[in-house]
Amino acid sequence: MKKILTGNEAVARGAYEGGLLFASAYPGTPSTEILENMANYRQDVYCEWAPNEKVALEAAIGASIAGARSMACMKHVGVNVAADPLFTFAYTGVTGGCVLVSADDPGMHSSQNEQDNRNYASAARVLMLEPADSQESKDFVKLGLELSEKFDTPVLLRTTTRVCHSKGLVELEDRVTKELIPYEHKIRKYVATPGNGKVLRVQLEKRLEEMTAFSNSTDINCEELAGDEIGVISSGVSFVYAKEVFGETASYLKLGMTFPMPMEKIKEFAKKVKKLYVVEEMDPYIESHLKMAGIPCIGKECIPAYGELNPDIVRKAFFGTAAESVSVPLKATIRPPVLCAGCPHRGLFYVLSKKQKKLMITGDIGCYTLGSAPPLSAMHTCFCMGGSISAGHGAAKVLNRAGSDLRVVSVIGDSTFFHTGINSLMDVAYNKGNNITIVADNRITAMTGHQENPGTGFTLMGEPAVEADIPAICRAIGIKTENITVVNPLKLDEMEAAVDAALARTEPSVIITKWPCILKKFSDQDRKDFDLKPRKCVVDAEECKKCKMCMKTGCPAITFDGTSQISADSCTGCGVCRQVCKFGAIKEVER
Amino acid sequence: MSDVKNILLVGVGGQGTILASKILSEGLIEAGYDVKMSEIHGMSQRGGDVSTQIRYGEKVYSPIVGEGAADLIVAFEKMEALRWISHLKKDGKMLINDFEIPTVPIQLGVEKYPEGILDSLKAVADTVVIEAGEIAKQVGNTRTMNIVLLGALAKAMNLGNLDWKSLIQRNVKKGFEDINLKAFEAGFACL
Repeated sequence: MKKILTGNEAVARGAYEGGLLFASAYPGTPSTEILENMANYRQDVYCEWAPNEKVALEAAIGASIAGARSMACMKHVGVNVAADPLFTFAYTGVTGGCVLVSADDPGMHSSQNEQDNRNYASAARVLMLEPADSQESKDFVKLGLELSEKFDTPVLLRTTTRVCHSKGLVELEDRVTKELIPYEHKIRKYVATPGNGKVLRVQLEKRLEEMTAFSNSTDINCEELAGDEIGVISSGVSFVYAKEVFGETASYLKLGMTFPMPMEKIKEFAKKVKKLYVVEEMDPYIESHLKMAGIPCIGKECIPAYGELNPDIVRKAFFGTAAESVSVPLKATIRPPVLCAGCPHRGLFYVLSKKQKKLMITGDIGCYTLGSAPPLSAMHTCFCMGGSISAGHGAAKVLNRAGSDLRVVSVIGDSTFFHTGINSLMDVAYNKGNNITIVADNRITAMTGHQENPGTGFTLMGEPAVEADIPAICRAIGIKTENITVVNPLKLDEMEAAVDAALARTEPSVIITKWPCILKKFSDQDRKDFDLKPRKCVVDAEECKKCKMCMKTGCPAITFDGTSQISADSCTGCGVCRQVCKFGAIKEVER
Repeated sequence: MSDVKNILLVGVGGQGTILASKILSEGLIEAGYDVKMSEIHGMSQRGGDVSTQIRYGEKVYSPIVGEGAADLIVAFEKMEALRWISHLKKDGKMLINDFEIPTVPIQLGVEKYPEGILDSLKAVADTVVIEAGEIAKQVGNTRTMNIVLLGALAKAMNLGNLDWKSLIQRNVKKGFEDINLKAFEAGFACL
């Protein structure tokens, strides 16, 4: 039976068919839907959201050692977090097959950078597979689980946004039942002391030789011959772009396994063609291997080494031609994403924006990063998950020592706090920092599309769970009870009073802005804890003084046409604009 | 690969482009085509622009519709039509929902919503303007705007023979099947 699946749905399906028993992940675009779909197979596969990617990979490693086929999934930057266990896992190898899915984001559709994670495979020396479409996504996960066991290595399945989020037809098959491989103590294999590590390192070289031989013989690295003029070497989604552009006019060597590289096969192919092109997205990963082996080829001197590739770029690069198209002199303006109408973060950032001349606001990864956009512009840094509090700590230390009046506020989301923010806050408490930490707790991992996390009370598989208690965590790591405040960020007075009180302190303090994401599917507990009655705000045109103060909240429901107007369709009645209006022109009404 | 047809659905996060393209691609598969579809989500859920690209034919490789390649562009929002015009084939068709969603910089007065979009597009391309919002209102639910546009798309691409009734019933929210069917029919008839 054939079904249309996204690459991510296909990875989940392939893992299921391949006898997977354990899967863990931290959500991150473009990887998130893999585990969301994995949960559809929860009767056969145990799956969970981990607090971060390192934990997810370590849990998958443990499951593998205990004898299960396992998988960990993450976005490209998540692999940075998980890199520590990955590099040693390459030495120890596996018991049950283990696949690490790295979903890269060329072009940065939803990421802070566009690193090319193929480099991880060669740096850590783990077998790498690169699917080009949904069918291969499914096939390669299954193959990856087998190869992992065959070569005693973790397997990196490297996908990209276009593979993850594109749909194609996939042939479905039955699940292969894989029992747990009986557990034995294997101290010399799994205890990576220097003594054992030195032995494992030598064994890894032997394994690399075997994997290289396989790479040269496997038919997922395959030639499609059509004449000797042009040869194209490509992998992943770049291959289908090349195919689209060169069609039947070129011969191809399509690489499905790109670490270890099939250098013998590549040398053979190079001999068969007069001109050799390498078509790949981002880094010259394949090209470098060719150049090191002294094989002449054309790659990055034509194709950009950054940004997302597409057939148009490939066509322009190699043929210098563009498709005929239609154009008009008018230009569309950029449509930046914004905090939604009714977003609880709006109250927080509105208050911060008024004080921002006296503040350095360090930020983090999540919806609330949109607080950096005009008109609020109330976030001044953002690097990585969990980085707001620690970067804020470092900044506050040097500012304080220099006698500066500037105060530092660090804003982090609930899921991001659990991810790696806790360690950073521990740094603040332990080293007597004084940056103010604001945990924007909207009761869900929102930006990636609403995943449960340790604070929401539910697991990925829909079971009730204990809720991590953020104030208690803060207390436990040394923040004093009197310096911890929980507020409703949509009540601007309350929000502002909490910030002012924190600014008056010399000790580290934490403000938890607790209100559910307006797009969240509310739980019974949410309905109990928060007043979520539907409401909306309206502008009294007679009273409106046209001062546009309400527009400074950056709410997408508010427009100005003679007077301020509020879209009845999108307004949720959060009341931020009503509190901002000095003339009482905005009223709350029942929905 | 000249038999491959390319359709772009473009709009703003929350307008329902993804559901419309899901229904369309399911229908195309049932009709026996090879189908590739690509969409970008992530931050677009927060009011950014969204696009879905659908390609169908006997055999399709790339999921991306390139510049000058779209047989049909369905714009759920006017300025999004403008953003994607370079992807239209010389003899391609454009269906535009006469509907404006200003960006935040436009709301703030930092930028201006481009004027005369419809006229300038009509001057260079086969353009049909649809009052999908009005039609959806008449049908009885403004949220069916996406299905109205899907109906118009079906007509424009000569896909009336697909089993739309069952496709829509299977894919829309329970309890909203009939109104969405009406919306589809109204969209189909408006072209």
